[in-house]
Amino acid sequence: MKIHEYQGKQLFQKYGVPVPIGIPAMTAEEALAAIPKVQQLSGTDIVVVKAQIHAGGRGKGGGVKVAKTKADAEAAVKQIYGMTLVTHQTGPEGKKVQRLLVEQGLAIEHEYYLGMLLDRATGRVTVMASIEGGMDIEEVAAKTPEKILKESIDPATGWQDWQGRKLAKALGLSGKAAVEFGKFMKPLVKCYDELDCSLLEINPLITTKEGKVLALDAKINFDDNAMYRHPELEELRDPNEEDPAELEAKKYDLSYVQLDGNIGCMVNGAGLAMSTMDIINFYGGSPANFLDVGGGATAEKVTAAFKIITSSPAVKAIFVNIFGGIMKCDTIAAGVIQAVKEVGLKVPLVVRLEGTNVEIGKKMLAESKLNIVAAADMADGAKKVVEAAAGQASKGVSK
Amino acid sequence: MSVLVGYNTRLVVTGMSGASGAFHTKQAIEYGTNVVAGVTPGKGGAKVAGLEQVPMFDTVEESVKHHGANAAVVYVPPPFAADSILECAAAGVPLIVAITEGIPVRDMVRVKYVLERDYPGTVLIGPNCPGVITPGQCKIGIMPGYIHKPGGVGVVSRSGTLTYEVVHQLTTLGIGQSTAIGIGGDPVKGTDFIDAIKWFAEDPGTSSIFMIGEIGGDSEERAAQFIKDNVKKPVGAFIGGQTAPPGKRMGHAGAIISGGKGAASDKIAALKEAGISVAPTPAEMGTTLAKLIA
Repeated sequence: MKIHEYQGKQLFQKYGVPVPIGIPAMTAEEALAAIPKVQQLSGTDIVVVKAQIHAGGRGKGGGVKVAKTKADAEAAVKQIYGMTLVTHQTGPEGKKVQRLLVEQGLAIEHEYYLGMLLDRATGRVTVMASIEGGMDIEEVAAKTPEKILKESIDPATGWQDWQGRKLAKALGLSGKAAVEFGKFMKPLVKCYDELDCSLLEINPLITTKEGKVLALDAKINFDDNAMYRHPELEELRDPNEEDPAELEAKKYDLSYVQLDGNIGCMVNGAGLAMSTMDIINFYGGSPANFLDVGGGATAEKVTAAFKIITSSPAVKAIFVNIFGGIMKCDTIAAGVIQAVKEVGLKVPLVVRLEGTNVEIGKKMLAESKLNIVAAADMADGAKKVVEAAAGQASKGVSK
Repeated sequence: MSVLVGYNTRLVVTGMSGASGAFHTKQAIEYGTNVVAGVTPGKGGAKVAGLEQVPMFDTVEESVKHHGANAAVVYVPPPFAADSILECAAAGVPLIVAITEGIPVRDMVRVKYVLERDYPGTVLIGPNCPGVITPGQCKIGIMPGYIHKPGGVGVVSRSGTLTYEVVHQLTTLGIGQSTAIGIGGDPVKGTDFIDAIKWFAEDPGTSSIFMIGEIGGDSEERAAQFIKDNVKKPVGAFIGGQTAPPGKRMGHAGAIISGGKGAASDKIAALKEAGISVAPTPAEMGTTLAKLIA
C-alpha cells in the first residue's frame, strides 16, 4: 500500500524523524489558509506548495512550487490545486491534484538520497544512501553504482549507531550534521521496522546551513501482507489514487491489476496469471487485466472476480485459465455459473480447466448449459480467446 | 532416484485441523505419503474428521519424539506461520515445507536469519509455495498428484501453478519427473534456485532440469551463472511475466519490476547466455525440455 508524502511525514514526526514545518490541505481554501500559518510557524515568508499524488517526478511536472511571498504562494495553490499532473510515473493521462502540502522553505546546504528496502540477496533490510540527492536515483544506480552506499541491518541487533557514523562519514558529513544524521537514522529505521514498510525513500534528505538534517520528501510503501497488524494505517488509503476495479478486487482478497487490453483473464496462481498474459500477447491479443483468484478462494470470491471482469466495457472476451492445486476446479465452476446467473454473459467465454477436481468442474459447466468455449490446454485457450475478442471487436466497429 | 523426499519421509502436518490443511493431508495420504502426525495447538489428542488415523499433538516436538517425523508441512495462517516454521526447526525437523501464503516480509527476515544462525542444516521450502513431490513416492503440499509421473526431470519453480503446467506437459509427452520443488513467490524464502539445482545436479536419479522463474529480483540471473559454471546436465527454463508492466506487483509479493530491475528480458538473456534452452511460451515448456533430451 502507498501513502502520500504528507502522511509519510506525519508518521516520521510521530517517530521523531525531523521534517519541515508543513500543513496538509484537502481543498484550495484550506491551502490558502495554511500559507500564513506556515509562514508564522517557520518565521520565514518562503513556502513550498507541493501537489500530493502518489507518483514521483512531481517537481518536473510542475506540481511543486517555491514561493517567496504570500501572493506568490496563493498563486501557486490556485495553479496546482485541481491541475492534471503528468509525470513519468502517472502515464500520459496524468493525475488530478486533490491534496496539497504547504511547507516552510529551507536554506538547503546539500541534498542527499536515502532509501530503505529489502535486499533479496541477503534477506535483510538495507539502507541505501547517496550524495547525489534530488536526482533520479535509478539513473545514479545505473551510471555510477559506486555512488550508492549500502548498510545492511542485522535482524538480531537492529540498526547500530556506528552504522550511522559510517554512513555520515561516507556522505561527507562532519561536525553537527554528522551527529544529526545519526539521530535522524535511528527513529527512521524504527519506523520502517515497526510499521512493516516495504519501501521508504527520502529524496532529497537535506542538510541546512545550521547543520540540521531533515526529510524534505517522504515516500513510504507498506507490506500488504502485514496490514492486519496495522489497522490504523488503512485510514491513510486514498481511494482517488486507486483503480476502482482494483479496490473492489481488494475487498475480496483478489490480486488484480488493470491493464489496457480487451481480454479479461481469470487465473489461479500469480505465475500462471502472468504467463496467461504473456501467451495472449504471443498470439496477438491484449489482456485487459491480471487476476489471480488465489488458492483459498470460495465460489463467492470467484463470482466477485468474474463480475469485476465483466463490468469493464473494454472486455470483449474472457479467458478462464485454471490449474487447480489448492484451488479446486469445482469451486471455479460454481463461481462462474453463479456470476453468469447474476449478471449474464455478453461476451465469449473460453474456459480451460485442469487439476484438482477437474472432472467435477467440467461436468458442472457442461450441465449448466452456459455458452462456454472449452479449451484443451493453455495454448488452445489463448488462441480461441484472441480470435473471439477480435471477432467481437470487429462486430463493434461495423455497428 | 530423487531429492528431499521419498519413501522414507515421515510427515507431520502443522495446521492439519484447518480446512485446507485437512483437505490436502487427505490427498497426500491417498497419494501414498506417510503422514505420521498432525499438530494444532490446543487440539492434542483430538481427531480431525476424515483423518482419524492420524494422531494429533499440541507441539511439533511430540510428533518427532513419538512418531519420528522427519519432514513438516506448514498450513497455519499467516499471523502464526513464522512461529510454526521456527517451532519445526527447533524440534529438529530437517525439512520444512511452508505452504502458507501472505506471511509478512518482516517475519520471514527473522525466520531466515534464525534458520541460518541456529539451524544451518535445516531445509526450508517456501513459504507461499506448492510444496515438494517425488512422483509415485511422496507428495508434500497442494499440487494435484495425478499429473505427475516418475522419471528423470528435476523441476524447480517460483510459481505453483506453472509447476503444475510444466509437469502436466512433460507427463503428457511421456516424460517423468524425479522431484518437483516449488520454491515459492515471496521475496524472502528458504530454498532458492541455486540450492535446488545443486541437489538435482548431484542426484543420480535426475538426468535433466527445468526451472521456472518470474519477474522480480535477480535469483534467476544468479542461477544462470551457477548453471554455467557447475551443471553438466541439460537445463530448460521459462520466465513468466514477459509482458508485465513495470511497477505493478503481479500477485506474488516478489513479482514486481522495480528500479529497472527484475525484467523478464534480462533473465531470459542471462539464461540463454548460460546455454539454457528457454521456452518461448508457457505452452512450450514440455516440448522445450523434450527437444533437449531427445
